[in-house]
Amino acid sequence: MTDVTTKSVGFWAWFWDLANPTRFLAVASWLIPVLAIITVTLLGIGLYLGFSAPQDYQQGATVQIMFIHVPSSWIAMMCYSVMSVSALGSLVWRHPLADVSIRAAAPIGAAFTFLALLTGSLWGKPMWGTWWVWDARLTSVLILFIIYMGLIALSRAIEEPITAARSLAIITLIGFINIPIIKFSVNWWNTLHQPASVSRLAKPAMDVVFLYPLLTMALAYTTLFFTLHLMAMRNEILRRRIRSMRMSAARRIDTQSASQGN
Amino acid sequence: MMSLLLRDMRLAFRVGGGALTGILFFLVVVTIVPFAVGPDLNLLSKIGPAILWIAALLASLLGLDRLFQQDREDGTLDVIIIQSHSLTAIVFIKCLSHWLANGLPLILATPIFGLFMNMEPLAIAAVLATLIVGTPAITFIGAVGAAATVSLPRGGLLLAVLILPLVIPVLIFGVSATYGAIQDPAPFTSPFLILCALTLFFSVLGPITAGWMLAQSTD
Amino acid sequence: MKLVIENLNGERSGQPIFSSLNFSLEEGQALVVTGSNGSGKSTLLRVIAGLLNASDGSVLLIDSGQDEGVSPPHEYMHYLGHQNALKLALSVEENLNFWQEFCGIPLIGISEALVKVGLPGIEHLPAAYLSAGQKRRVSIAKLLVSYKPIWVVDEPTSALDKASEVLFAKLIEEHLSSGGMVIAATHQSLGIDSDNNEQIKTLNLDKNRLSSKEQLVD
Repeated sequence: MTDVTTKSVGFWAWFWDLANPTRFLAVASWLIPVLAIITVTLLGIGLYLGFSAPQDYQQGATVQIMFIHVPSSWIAMMCYSVMSVSALGSLVWRHPLADVSIRAAAPIGAAFTFLALLTGSLWGKPMWGTWWVWDARLTSVLILFIIYMGLIALSRAIEEPITAARSLAIITLIGFINIPIIKFSVNWWNTLHQPASVSRLAKPAMDVVFLYPLLTMALAYTTLFFTLHLMAMRNEILRRRIRSMRMSAARRIDTQSASQGN
Repeated sequence: MMSLLLRDMRLAFRVGGGALTGILFFLVVVTIVPFAVGPDLNLLSKIGPAILWIAALLASLLGLDRLFQQDREDGTLDVIIIQSHSLTAIVFIKCLSHWLANGLPLILATPIFGLFMNMEPLAIAAVLATLIVGTPAITFIGAVGAAATVSLPRGGLLLAVLILPLVIPVLIFGVSATYGAIQDPAPFTSPFLILCALTLFFSVLGPITAGWMLAQSTD
Repeated sequence: MKLVIENLNGERSGQPIFSSLNFSLEEGQALVVTGSNGSGKSTLLRVIAGLLNASDGSVLLIDSGQDEGVSPPHEYMHYLGHQNALKLALSVEENLNFWQEFCGIPLIGISEALVKVGLPGIEHLPAAYLSAGQKRRVSIAKLLVSYKPIWVVDEPTSALDKASEVLFAKLIEEHLSSGGMVIAATHQSLGIDSDNNEQIKTLNLDKNRLSSKEQLVD
């Protein structure tokens, strides 16, 4: 029991230590390459398994899109959870890196959501005969994409990082609370209308030959996300440093000219 | 003049990604429609061109209220007005850069939204063509409204109320040209040419009126 | 070149602000417009710069050797109003580059102008990062990067510290000695010794208002 607490205290101390951006950059500088190597390895294995997987008797070769599509949509949702946790961290514990984390995660989340939509659309074309159907799941993902884009637009519109972080955190949390409601209402809307043109395939239990590549790809995408997230956080920290350096450069010119004038 | 165009484009892309917000608004409007009319793909593909036109119309009104207002607030407008360049040309250039920075990205995103509406490639191409030809007219007419509301702190809503009735002809011919392209008996060429004529006409009338109004607005 | 103001009357929303102003400026001369708040300094400057219509009278710029006025005179002017006409999202260099190209007749380079206003090496910074005084000085540098014979400046030294005021006074003297003209509205001194300099004229709008009232009484 005591062991656990000291351990967790140790973890928290380390976690708070990371709040120091310099410490974070130091950790990131070795963590990013390590994660990148793991990601590349996993992606290689996953893609190999995926391409060597047999064709589905119903869907043919298109089933292989699944190995990209499904992990993308998982990461799209996981990224939003990461952002929500960061938003809590930013608002409740005022962890300075949490701000950076939300801002850095939004474009990555949007990219994975876009990938999920795109691959879903490519998969849907041979399945449904159309690029897009207003099916409950697709529609929800589209709304998630819009939420991501809105957050990106907001973070771009406010230049002052601290103000931006607060608004971003609050909107992220409201989005998080709202997502189940959106999901529910979209489902309800969809069953209310029940479009006739959609013929959904019965879901067979997944065979192991599909499951292994899928899980590998999911793992690869997870490490890919964290690699990208760390890189984006590093960039955001550097961007903030440049900003404060430029501001102090502007101030310095004034003090210099004042000392010359006197 | 070229420097004004470049500066305005640079500003548009640097401040908060104006083009991104416009496209996003477009996307949201298009997404909202199926929730109201239901996810029936046949119905959506039928009303798709109209929806895209209305969404594009509303999206291109966004930011128009800031066309001259920002320049007025920071004193740029005063300095621009007293220089030897003609105000008509200045307004034309500002409209052009506004359209290039906000209108064109919107139009280029249209094919994706056309897919959401389950539209045929031909219908999407028709919407694309009519939007490219028609939306500059909205900007030029909008410039008149922007000049009229330049000194008002919340001119955006007033601008929309003033401008929307004036752009009805553009909408009529834009949508009918689109349907002309996809439905057989309806003609495409004549409404399309009228649309071109509207844009050319307002590219002259809009800048002249807006320039005159700006010159009067400097007290 | 000569700037002639004849019987100039200005009003704001129907209220007469000043009336029957007559004066002329030769090359190398400056006019300092003084007066209390609301005396119409800014209105007069905006009328001269062609931003407001005069209710009566005329502003003429007469080329040497000609009788007719060059029209319109405001094309030969730099106007520096209360606002700095800077885009905060753009860098200092982008701002000044734009004004240099837009106003035409480039005079000195951007970095040279920035040295003259005491802001060397600031080109690359976004204008948003500058302090109020620095922004004001960048907008003064705007007057230097392209040549216009007449400077119409409204409270140019507001937000400037003492050292920058001295710098600006020197720039005005340079402009005057190269044959330019300056019309400045100010309630502080411009830092130029106006009492002993016959090239500097002063116009007190408070007195103009009094005098026009007296005319009304008579």
